[in-house]
Amino acid sequence: MTSLMIIAGPLLMGAVFGYLLQQGKVTSCNVIENQFRLRDFTVLKVMGTAIVVGGIGVLLLVDTGNTKYYVKDANMLAVALGAALFGIGMVVYGYCPGTALGAIASGSVHAAVGAFGMIVGAILYALSFDWVKAHILNVWALGKVRLPDITGVPDGAWFAALAIGAGAFFFWVESSEAKARRAQG
Amino acid sequence: MTDVMVKDSRKSKRIDWSPYLVGAGIGILSWVAFAAFGDPLGVTTAFSRIASLFAAPVIGSDAVAANSYWKSMPLKWDYGVWFLVGIPLGAFLSAIISGTWRLELVPEVWKQRFGPSVFKRFVAAFLGGIVIMYGARLAGGCTSGHGISGGLQLALSSWLFLAVMFATGLLASRIMFRKA
Repeated sequence: MTSLMIIAGPLLMGAVFGYLLQQGKVTSCNVIENQFRLRDFTVLKVMGTAIVVGGIGVLLLVDTGNTKYYVKDANMLAVALGAALFGIGMVVYGYCPGTALGAIASGSVHAAVGAFGMIVGAILYALSFDWVKAHILNVWALGKVRLPDITGVPDGAWFAALAIGAGAFFFWVESSEAKARRAQG
Repeated sequence: MTDVMVKDSRKSKRIDWSPYLVGAGIGILSWVAFAAFGDPLGVTTAFSRIASLFAAPVIGSDAVAANSYWKSMPLKWDYGVWFLVGIPLGAFLSAIISGTWRLELVPEVWKQRFGPSVFKRFVAAFLGGIVIMYGARLAGGCTSGHGISGGLQLALSSWLFLAVMFATGLLASRIMFRKA
């Protein structure tokens, strides 16, 4: 029974995630490419809402002692270099690792080809890990810090600002999209 | 933005979920991941564990066993790996129910810019896959682990990831889709 739950629980969580990604159209290469071409804001709408809704809930869960934070190390050079490669890879591939898995399951053969590339990338990282660890991971390594820690601005203020900023941005996006639709008739 | 949206609408017309609803759903899924499983949503850590399976026939299982990275991240069938297996199952279900499952060799946006060559698209997808996963491992996470899970925790590392990832993505896209 327990082992069933250890498998069924995460399997169900992943399935809901994959279902949502597909319903949100972010498993489409076209949608992702057009986000970076600023022609379709679906990716930012999904991610922004997930961060605000998820963050406020997790903050309450932490405050009530129901979970803790799992913050990744701020190895600033490694994160910056890795994110730069990630951005380039995402535009060339047309997916991020999670949406790629969803795309494969909805029939995108080129996403499956890229998944083999991702396996090669993971192997290359493992092979170069000793060098990376010695020369890159330790540069500007600040540890598991959160924005409220380094700025002194409390969590609540961060989420208020994020929610208002995202709301204003989405309102602007929706009005320009509505205008473009009207112009097209 | 409109001409592409119209071309794309045939494929996606039967999915009418608002992106805000989907985003809120992922946010709520995060609550469950944190509170019930103590494991934020993420993809690439488990991906790395699984990659060791594919590395064994290439570099030998001894080399895999001796590798310091895989020592810190051995293959185990844990939460992350089963979560990863679940993603295609859920996406497949959604694609079947919504009628959006279709074979795609070359996506529309790519075809308009680089032509219908399947070979060209496959090579780019493969190379892009290498770059994105190397970057994800170097940064310590991807759009899920850093972007969503880290972003919602207000982690410094994750907001740096988000800023740099979008900036380079915009730049790369400008270069790739410039008018020839």
